[in-house]
Amino acid sequence: MCCMIDSDIPIINSKLLREKIQENSIRIVDVRREQEYQQGHITNSVNLPLAKLLADDSSESIQKIAQDLGISDETPAVIYDDTFGALSSRVVWALQYIGHKDVKLLDVTFSQWKDLGYEISTEVPEIETATHSVKINSEIMATAEYLEKVKENKNVVIIDNRERLNYLEQHIPGAINIPYRTLASDGKILRTKEGMKTLLKNRGISEDAEIITYCGSVGTLSGLAYYALKSIGVPNVKLYVHSFKEWKSLEKPIDKQENANYWDLSAE
Amino acid sequence: MAQQLRPSKPADKQSKIDWSRRQEAENFAETVKLFRQGKIDPDMFRRFRLQHGAYGTRMTDDYAMVRIKVPAGQVYPNQLEKIAQLSEMYSIGSAHFSTRENIQLHWVILEDVSEIMQSLSDVGMTSREACGNTVRNVMCSPMSGVCKDEIFDTTPYALAIARFMLRNPICQGLPRKFKFNFTCCEKHGMIRIVDVGLLPQIQEIDGEKRKGFKIFLGGGLGNRSFVGHQLEDFTPVEDLLYTSMAVIRIFDRMGDRKNLSRNRMRYLVNDLGWEKFQNLVLKERAVVKATQSVIVKLNIDDSVNEIQRPISVNDESASVPDGYARWEKTNVEKQSQSGFNSVFIGLEAGDITANQLRSVAEIIRDYSAEGFARNGFSQNIVIRYVHDDDLKSMYSRLIENGLAKTGSLTMASAVGCSGTTSCNLALTNSHRLAKEVQRKFLELNYDEDDDLKDSTIKISGCPNSCGQHQIATIGFYGGGGRHGTDMFPNYTMSLGGKFDEDAMLGHHTARVPVKRIIPVILKIIELFKENKQSDDTLAKWIDRVVSGNESSKITGVDDIKKAIAPLIVPPNVEDEPDFYMDYGSDTNYHTVTGKGECAA
Repeated sequence: MCCMIDSDIPIINSKLLREKIQENSIRIVDVRREQEYQQGHITNSVNLPLAKLLADDSSESIQKIAQDLGISDETPAVIYDDTFGALSSRVVWALQYIGHKDVKLLDVTFSQWKDLGYEISTEVPEIETATHSVKINSEIMATAEYLEKVKENKNVVIIDNRERLNYLEQHIPGAINIPYRTLASDGKILRTKEGMKTLLKNRGISEDAEIITYCGSVGTLSGLAYYALKSIGVPNVKLYVHSFKEWKSLEKPIDKQENANYWDLSAE
Repeated sequence: MAQQLRPSKPADKQSKIDWSRRQEAENFAETVKLFRQGKIDPDMFRRFRLQHGAYGTRMTDDYAMVRIKVPAGQVYPNQLEKIAQLSEMYSIGSAHFSTRENIQLHWVILEDVSEIMQSLSDVGMTSREACGNTVRNVMCSPMSGVCKDEIFDTTPYALAIARFMLRNPICQGLPRKFKFNFTCCEKHGMIRIVDVGLLPQIQEIDGEKRKGFKIFLGGGLGNRSFVGHQLEDFTPVEDLLYTSMAVIRIFDRMGDRKNLSRNRMRYLVNDLGWEKFQNLVLKERAVVKATQSVIVKLNIDDSVNEIQRPISVNDESASVPDGYARWEKTNVEKQSQSGFNSVFIGLEAGDITANQLRSVAEIIRDYSAEGFARNGFSQNIVIRYVHDDDLKSMYSRLIENGLAKTGSLTMASAVGCSGTTSCNLALTNSHRLAKEVQRKFLELNYDEDDDLKDSTIKISGCPNSCGQHQIATIGFYGGGGRHGTDMFPNYTMSLGGKFDEDAMLGHHTARVPVKRIIPVILKIIELFKENKQSDDTLAKWIDRVVSGNESSKITGVDDIKKAIAPLIVPPNVEDEPDFYMDYGSDTNYHTVTGKGECAA
C-alpha cells in the first residue's frame, strides 16, 4: 500500500495522509452527513453518510457503495469522521469485511485535522465508478450464535464498549467494560500504542486472546475498539456488529450489577 | 462598527503545590495484579488500597471509588477539566463533590485506578490518604480570605498542614481516620465536629498583635457523635504544628486499635475525660517542642494571590435573564473586598456531569479574578472574586450549562451521602432522596423564603454520618421498617442540629418512612408558619422546640410527633405498593449491606 508504514495496521497517520491527498489513486471518504461535508471536507475526499451504509449493510450493498465511490479492489481508501472515529471505524470494518485489503482509518477527526491546519476544501471530486469484488472476510465478524458458542472459552475475551452505567445495568454475561471514551488520547482518536498496551496489561487481557467487541446497536463504538486493538497488532479480533440490541432481541442471557442504584449518581 | 479590542485572557492559573507522586500509580497497578493473583492477603490489600484513596464499592470487588483530595478545597480549571475527562474514561460520566471538599469518581474498575492516579499527577492532584486510617483531606472554609467576619485568612495554614501530613510516616497507621477543618468564622466552617477544628484569632501579647487559633479537639459525627472541646484560650500560629503533632502522637499511642466501632479520637477524649486529655496534649506539646533535633516548621506560603479581573465583553444592552433576582438572592454572597462576590454553584447531592465540569472550568477562567474555585462544605462549588458587573453575564452562562440551580445558600440544597448508589454500608438511597427534597423545595420556591434560609436538611443512608445528619436543622438517617411482613425504607429524623458556636447534635424525634419524608418536612414548616414569632426563622423556632423553650401551641418535640403521627402510618401494601419501594427502585425494599471500610 502506498501510504502505510506498517501494512498490517489499518490506521494512517494524518501527516502521512496530508502528503498523499493530491494523489488521485487514493480514495478519501468522509462519513459525516452530506450537509457537513458540503461545508468543507478534507481536500479530495468524497462523502458517504454513515446512515446510508447502516440502512443496508449486506455485502452486496457494501459492494455497491464501494463501487459508487470509485473504490476498486486495488484502490487504497482512507476513512474519517468527526465523531471520535467511531463512525469511520464502522466503515473501515465494512470494507474489510467484503474483502478490501487496503483501507485505513484516519487517526484524527475532521475537527482535529482542521486544528492541525491541514488542507480542507468545498470542492467535490468527480467520481468514476469502479468494480469491486466480494470476498467475505468472516474472520473479523462475530454473530450472536458464534458469541454464545465461544463465550465460555478461556481464551475468549468479550469487551463491551458502551458507557459504564449502561454496562452496569445490563451486559452480555462474562463481558468486561472498556467505555469507548477510554480509547482516545489528546488530539487523536486512539490512545498511544503504549497507553493501549498498558490498559490491556492492567486489565489482564492477553494480546493473544480472541477478543470480541460489541456496543449498543450498530457496531460503531465497538468498531473503534476493534481498531484500537488492531493498532497494537492484536491478531484475533472480531466485531459483534449487531451488538447488544440484537442480543437482547434474541432474548439471550443478560447480566447486571444488582442491589445498587448507580443511575442516581449521574447528573445527566 | 469598529472592531473592539479583546485582550487575550490571562494565563491559566495552576496549583502551586504538586500533591502527586507519580510512581505511586505504577506501584498501585502492580499491587492490584498481585492481589488478583492471590499473592497478597485481602486485608493487607484493602489497607493499601484505602491508603491510596480507592474505596470499596457496593456488593462488588470489581469496582472502586476514587476519592481525589482537594486540600483547602482549592481547585483549578485544568484540574476540573482533567477530572471531566477521567469521569468519562473510567467512571460514569459524572463526578461527585463530597461534604469534605473531595471530588469522587465512582464505579471505577479497580484495574483502572492506576491510570486515574497517573493522569491526576499531570495536574498535581492525588488521592493518597483520602481514605484509610490517615489524615484525611484538610478542609478550609470556602469563604476563607473573602469572609466579612473573618479575622485572617487561614488558607495558607490549611495548605501547610495538608502538606506536612501527606505521606508523613506519623500519619500512615493511625488507629483511625483523622480530620482537620480550618474556617474563617463560626458560621462558615464546621470546626466543632472534627478531630481538630481551627478558628482564626488575633490576640495582643506584649503590645503586639499576634495571629493564632482557637483549637477544638475531639469532635466528630458517627454512630455516637461528640462536640469538640476548646484546648486553650489562644494558640499562636507558631504552635499550630506542635499542637497538631502532639494530638496525633497521643491518638497514635493511646487510641483504641481493637474496637473498630469506637476508635475515633473522640472516644479516647470521652473515655479519658476532657481535662485529662487536655493535660496530655499540653504536656505532649512541650515534649514535641523540646525534643526536636532540628527545628520542624510548617511551610507557609502567605504570598498574596494575584487578583486580576478577567476582561469580559459585557453586552450592556442585554436584558436581565429570567430568574436572575432569585438566583442572586440565594446563591451569591458579598465579599469583604468591595465590588466582589462569591458565587455558589449548587449541584444535586454533589453530582456534576463531565461537560458541566468543563463549563465550570471555562466560567472560572472568564469570571473569577483569582482564577480558581473552592469546593464548599455542602457538595457544592464556590467561584469567588466575581465582579458586581459580571454577575448577570455569569448567570446567563450558568443557565446555558444547567448550573444555575437556585437555593445554594438555603435550606433547599439538601445534602445526601452516596447511599445505595455505591456504598457498601448503606441501607437506603439517601442520595436520591436528597435530590427529591431539593426538587420539591425549588418547585415550591422555598429557597426564596427568608424564614428558611438558615436551616439545613442533611441525609445519611445509614447510622454513620457521611451525610452529617446530626448537625442539620432537620436530619435523617436510613434504616428499614416493617409493617407485618413487608419492609420499607424508614428514616430516623432528628431536629435542631447546629454546627456553629452553639454546636448541638439533633434531637431524635421520629421514624419516618421514605415516601413520607417530604410531607413530614412540609408539615413541620407549616407548624412553624402557624406558630412562629414575627422575626423568627425555622432554625430558631426548632431550637426553642427541642430545648423546651417554645411557648406557642407546639411546646416540645412531643407536639411535633403528635402532629406528624397520622402521616407516618404505613398503608397496606396492596393499597400503596410504592410506599414499600425506595427511590430509584421498582421492587419491594429489602436491606442488603456489605462490609464497610470506614474502619478498615
